[in-house]
Amino acid sequence: MLNALTISELGKKLAAREVSAREATQACLDRIQQVDGRVRAFVSYDARDALAQAAAADQRLAAGERGPLLGVPLGIKDVISVKGQPLRCGSKILGQFVSPYDATVIQKLRAAGAVVFGRLNMDEFAMGSSTENSAFQTTGNPWDTSRIPGGSSGGSAAAVAADECVAALGSDTGGSIRQPAALCGCVGLKPSYGRVSRFGLVAFASSLDQIGSFTKQVRDAATMLEALSGVDPCDSTSVPQPVPHYATSLSGEVKGLRLGLAKEYMVGGLNPEVRLAMDAAVNQLVKLGAELVEISLPHTDYAVATYYIIATAEASANLARFDGIRYGARVEGADPTELYSKTRGAGFGPEVKRRILLGTYVLSSGYYDAYYIRAQKVRTLIRADFLKAFEKVDAIITPTSPTPAFKIGEKADDPLQMYLMDIFTISANLAGICGISVPCGFTPSPRLPIGLQLLGKPFGEETILRVAHAYEQATAWHKEKPPLS
Amino acid sequence: MEYEAVIGLETHVQLKTKSKIWCGCANEFGAPPNTNVCPVCLGLPGVLPVANEEALRLTTLTGLLLNCTIAPFAKFDRKNYFYPDMPKNYQITQYDRPSTLAGYVDFEFSGALSRVRITRAHLEEDVGKNFHFERNSGVDFNRAGVPLMEIVSEPDITSAEMAYEYLCSLKDILMYGGVSDCDMEKGMVRCDVNVSVRPKGQQELGAKIEIKNMNSFSGVRRALEYEIRRQIEVVSRGGTLIQSTRRWDDVAEITEEMRTKERAHDYRYFPEPDLMPFQPTESWLREIAQRVVELPLARKQRFMREYHLPAADAQTFVWDVPLGGYFESIAKQARNPKAVANWVINNLRAKLTEANASLPELRFSASSISELADLVDSGKISSKIAQDVFGDMFEIGDAPGKIVERRGLAQVSDTAALEQFCDQAIVANPGPASDFKAGKVAALNFLKGQVMKLSKGKANPALVGEILERKLKA
Repeated sequence: MLNALTISELGKKLAAREVSAREATQACLDRIQQVDGRVRAFVSYDARDALAQAAAADQRLAAGERGPLLGVPLGIKDVISVKGQPLRCGSKILGQFVSPYDATVIQKLRAAGAVVFGRLNMDEFAMGSSTENSAFQTTGNPWDTSRIPGGSSGGSAAAVAADECVAALGSDTGGSIRQPAALCGCVGLKPSYGRVSRFGLVAFASSLDQIGSFTKQVRDAATMLEALSGVDPCDSTSVPQPVPHYATSLSGEVKGLRLGLAKEYMVGGLNPEVRLAMDAAVNQLVKLGAELVEISLPHTDYAVATYYIIATAEASANLARFDGIRYGARVEGADPTELYSKTRGAGFGPEVKRRILLGTYVLSSGYYDAYYIRAQKVRTLIRADFLKAFEKVDAIITPTSPTPAFKIGEKADDPLQMYLMDIFTISANLAGICGISVPCGFTPSPRLPIGLQLLGKPFGEETILRVAHAYEQATAWHKEKPPLS
Repeated sequence: MEYEAVIGLETHVQLKTKSKIWCGCANEFGAPPNTNVCPVCLGLPGVLPVANEEALRLTTLTGLLLNCTIAPFAKFDRKNYFYPDMPKNYQITQYDRPSTLAGYVDFEFSGALSRVRITRAHLEEDVGKNFHFERNSGVDFNRAGVPLMEIVSEPDITSAEMAYEYLCSLKDILMYGGVSDCDMEKGMVRCDVNVSVRPKGQQELGAKIEIKNMNSFSGVRRALEYEIRRQIEVVSRGGTLIQSTRRWDDVAEITEEMRTKERAHDYRYFPEPDLMPFQPTESWLREIAQRVVELPLARKQRFMREYHLPAADAQTFVWDVPLGGYFESIAKQARNPKAVANWVINNLRAKLTEANASLPELRFSASSISELADLVDSGKISSKIAQDVFGDMFEIGDAPGKIVERRGLAQVSDTAALEQFCDQAIVANPGPASDFKAGKVAALNFLKGQVMKLSKGKANPALVGEILERKLKA
């Protein structure tokens, strides 16, 4: 079961030449054959290309090259450009589009020798919290396939949880990595804004988007982050901050670290089982020597509203390029305007249209100051809340999602309820800080994963990885596998 | 009632950079359609812009050339509208925090100096170009992402002619500064014109009419002539004009309405999140300040002032910068800069053209020109002989003094020798001699010519004239 291994476990076997990258990749492909009919995590995959990459990795291994990702099969969310592979962002509007270039993260993974394969399902243009907004399929949560895997990177989370790949890439604009990681029981890391290049990531909200990883354990998240990070001349918003060897921060020690509990996060809507798991996790960390500090993030109440103004405003422009003129699907019209409206009318799903309209509205003349400018001001305050809190604490601890995975279709008609799934994750994107979700328990019946979120300072990934790792080492939640086979 | 026009111009100029503004594609005109393109300038999913620093430098340089304030903080914004030539359906431009602000252009207009204030000069990206064929349309994106600078004037222009002169001087400045090649044929300069009319003396402005996408200065002039006439006609008939956008039909020579204010675009500007705000450092600005050149008008005025040149000569040295530089290198030490200017403009330029040569290829040293002028001024050689000397200088490269000496061309001012030549001429030409005595003044020139011939051109013509006259009148 090579597909069920972690990056570090598989990496050791590959390095020792006990197994080949080809065998590992084939194991993933076999697993997809076996379970993806139920999980529906992959929109498509190119088995021949994956095996060719694996063969190339085996040659590098044979030539004596070693590296933590050399020969490791990784799944890719359908929002990241991979040269020669379809890029559809969970949308019909891209038609049969094939990307002619590799995203910077893909170039880095290729250089590291990873096998980058598959197009993982997602909410259309990363807009959603359940993957139900995919134009192609609804992914099932591996723990209960009648439930959603979270979103928008639901395909990535489900594929990793179901052992269809060893790890996966996702993107996080308001929680799209952390929330599905929590709901599927894997580790999801959203790096600080500017840590990882966005070049080749199809933009939803440019000032909020970050690429991050789904892994089966915290150590793998550190490995992935090190491989993905760094300033990129193709992304002006990437930051020239040195890239540490993140694995060295995984000391297992949290003694003396101060963990912040935000009183504003003890909200009424919190599911009691999530609450219980969260309290237990906090106790566990205290037992390990961490110190608890109550903090205040006074502008928390405004985060969701602020987010839906800024994210939709940016999205309304970012998605304007999907017009049927140069690429993607086209519905002909008598003139360009008719072509646009027919193409976009047929190509975009309802949630994407809703957000484009919202974003167009908040940027309109006469409303701009009241919405967009005010939202930017609140965003500054939210960031200031966090920076102030981080003067007192090393990391902030929260549930990742207020509830565990819900039934497919349960919230489909209530976008506001859906938006509230992101209340604990959204602020991190507004503030540009980093966050990680680690498994911290299960609901008793049905048995569904619960996630613990740790938020860190801008470029403070080492600290949250350290805390998450120490917690993970003290618990066994991450070792549990969904009842799929 | 008398009306006056109020005109402001928005001038778009393609910058002279090697590559486009957000990617490494070549900024070059005339390549086959869609060959200078990449994922970035095609706006493919996932791409990001990275600002071309030279485009930012040229924008700042323009600001300095146009006497603008350079903003300590500038940013880019997205201007949202759908059009097939727009790869992203938003244009990256600078909306409320442009790179440069509040400058002016001085230029000569109808015999005096005029000033048009510049509101701002900002940087943006050019779009592609639509082509319409019989049954379908196509877009060439080679131009998409070419750095474009928009120079917005205050409404200080009062006539079509003044608009034309403003544009010409703006173009001269930008070409001079190396900011743009301003090649109109290649669409490097395009203009939007804002014009309204009002009764003379009225403070309040009339309804603003915009004429979009003009691509020639003469077109701007003609469109304005038409539009001002049209607007005055409407208002003097008691009609009302409404704020609107019009199009110039270059064939029919009329403007036509495109849309009115009610249907104006809402561009929904907002800050471009993919680019960081730009805050130029002191050293960056210093570097650009070193690239500031003397402006055409300043150069003309200085040449007139320092070298006492007539306006036409000074203008020649403004148009032909290397020639002006060459002149200046001589004129600084010359006793008679005007004479040097004559040699450079009338003789040297013609010779260079004739020989298809350029200044660096000259065989003689620059100081030879002032030496030659001095030889003429001091009466050492005649200006006619000087032409021959110049010819030799050009061919061989020797100093004029050396040529004069070698060829024995020094002017004869020895009166005894000249008296002899004059006597010979009078004796040999009794007819003209008596004609002159009878009052035919022109006959003297004939005799002078004979003396010059006898002296092989070396006689001092002024002295010859004096001697002949004295002898004939005696």
